[in-house]
Amino acid sequence: MAGMRKTSLRLPFHWTAGYSVLLGLVVVLILAFTSVIKLELVVNGLFLGTIIGLGAIGLSLVYGIHGFAHIAHGDFMTLGAYTSLFTLGVFLPRIGLDNVGLGPFTFGYPLFIALPLSMLFLVALAIGLDKGIYSRLRRRGVSSVVMAMTSLGVAIALRGLVQFVWGGGTEQYPRVSKDFYQLPMGVRIPPDNLFIVALTVIMVVALYLFLTRTRTGKAMRATSDNAELARVTGINTEHVLWWTWAISAALAATAGVLLAVFQAQLFPIMGWRFLIPLFAAVILGGIGNPWGALIGALIIGVSSEVSTQWLNPAYKTVISFAIMIVMLLLRPRGIFGVRD
Amino acid sequence: MEFQGILNYLVGFAIMAVIYSIFTLGLNVHWGYTGLFNIGVAGFFALGAYTSALLTTATPDPLKFEDYIFGGNLPALLGVFNLGIDLWFLVALLGAGAVCGLMALIIGSVTIRLRGDYLAIVTLGIAESVRYIFLNEKWLANGSKGLYRIPKYLGDWVSPQHYDYLFLVVVLIVLVVIYVAVERTIKSPWGRVLKAIREDELTAAASGKNVFSFKLQSFMLGAFIMGIGGALYAHNIRFIDPRTFDPLLATFIIWAMLMVGGSGNNKGAILGAFTVWGIWAGTQFLPGFLSDPNFRFIMVGLLIVVVILLRPGGILGEERKISASAAPPNKVAPPDA
Repeated sequence: MAGMRKTSLRLPFHWTAGYSVLLGLVVVLILAFTSVIKLELVVNGLFLGTIIGLGAIGLSLVYGIHGFAHIAHGDFMTLGAYTSLFTLGVFLPRIGLDNVGLGPFTFGYPLFIALPLSMLFLVALAIGLDKGIYSRLRRRGVSSVVMAMTSLGVAIALRGLVQFVWGGGTEQYPRVSKDFYQLPMGVRIPPDNLFIVALTVIMVVALYLFLTRTRTGKAMRATSDNAELARVTGINTEHVLWWTWAISAALAATAGVLLAVFQAQLFPIMGWRFLIPLFAAVILGGIGNPWGALIGALIIGVSSEVSTQWLNPAYKTVISFAIMIVMLLLRPRGIFGVRD
Repeated sequence: MEFQGILNYLVGFAIMAVIYSIFTLGLNVHWGYTGLFNIGVAGFFALGAYTSALLTTATPDPLKFEDYIFGGNLPALLGVFNLGIDLWFLVALLGAGAVCGLMALIIGSVTIRLRGDYLAIVTLGIAESVRYIFLNEKWLANGSKGLYRIPKYLGDWVSPQHYDYLFLVVVLIVLVVIYVAVERTIKSPWGRVLKAIREDELTAAASGKNVFSFKLQSFMLGAFIMGIGGALYAHNIRFIDPRTFDPLLATFIIWAMLMVGGSGNNKGAILGAFTVWGIWAGTQFLPGFLSDPNFRFIMVGLLIVVVILLRPGGILGEERKISASAAPPNKVAPPDA
């Protein structure tokens, strides 16, 4: 089975697939503007989708390059969100930085200090975990399922850690309430969401430039396509593996912080609950394809939000799960999956 | 008096450890023998518990604000056919197992063909979906209020304060039956095919074995066992609600038990269940943060990682027995988990 892994970081989409996604978007927009579905739900779904996307891109990279399902990814997000909670709620106020309500946003400029710190922390954690645990298992040559199993253990321990330090209740970043933007057709947008989208776009563009313009990025794509061949060509695959951890951990930390801003609260299980949408997005986009994961995330975000028009909002996760199952049945390689 | 209290505590502990042993045996069929990565044990746990509970609880009473629409009321329904030994219990256990087996058939036939780790994600999704559905569909099983009129098996045989002793005997009998059944199945040619699939799917397929069908059967067998475990749990606690099936105590800890005891070894599975449940239950008496449930949460995760790193075979490890009639094999290096 291991030999069947055919992943690609190649950029051009499968043409028919790209068209069908566009077509789907057009249909959704037509339905929204003819008021069959609420436009606000579509817009909210896109915002949610960008956050899922940040997580899913990293998850997809790890899946493609390390070759196993990283079950602790959701808990990476949780930990990222909570380390920012520490910086914003405890550390920065102590040295006098407790500004909130920057411009139209609910948060203040301290978030721009907290976010990089969270990213750094998560990158260090991911590389530490790799050195301490995953690299040993790699050298022993264990199967991808045992690797996934190990990451399950890591996920449990990380969530336990968050609950041990911060307790099991819900928390909030220091914030002030702000007015929503009122747009036509009953669309209301919290200004924070614009920040979320802007940051996501910046990070995705940076990732694109990294993967296409730098040596390490190209090495990553080569390793994802064929690890064996990459090693023979003289690529230091260990290095590539660390870079992969670093990038996906940084993205997970960002996703966690943005999720905490988006839903205006944090709780220890937030990342674990996100795992199903994350994997659904990864599978939709094709494992190892970060751009596919982003598109998949937008689809998951929109469809789970729009589903709340008819279904109990509690079933959002079930909707993403159902989409994933249908996808696995019809096109297990994802929308943009390349044929062998 | 003091002694009596400790004894009662130990009996309660043993009942839970035996029930967990049953789950661990089911998981061992999945992971230990076939290599199926199921991280949705909680889904089958919940399905088994709810099936058995719904089959046996009395018809809902609107005066008690019970929202669910169906209670099988098996004890009264079977009436004289209970034969004085509460035969409804057997029906409920088998029903719970059958529903889980059916669920496994449905999920398995969709996903088992795919890469191994897809199954993990799908089972996780099933477990979460089952929980959401039982939580939000009040008509199905009373929503978050849960089911609290689950009848006692053989409740009229002994006085309530001695009931736990009787129930311990009951769960032990079930455990022994399942243990013997799984041992016999695994030692049969059918079981050897499972192990062959676990070790190398392509070779098994090349030998003419229908890998998909064997994996599906194994998935159903394990799920059936988990369903019975869930049913026993429901009749032990006699109250279930969606919160009961939190992943920690319904999935993760069972994984820790199997890894610690030794996957691929049924004795190890039972030993692991008693060991880990002993640690879990025992540490609550420790002073300070050691008894903090969140600290124990961390420990469950670390336990899995440490076992995989340092002792992939667990305490007992797998018996390197190929066939009852074959000559003893040479020393083989322990497998990678």
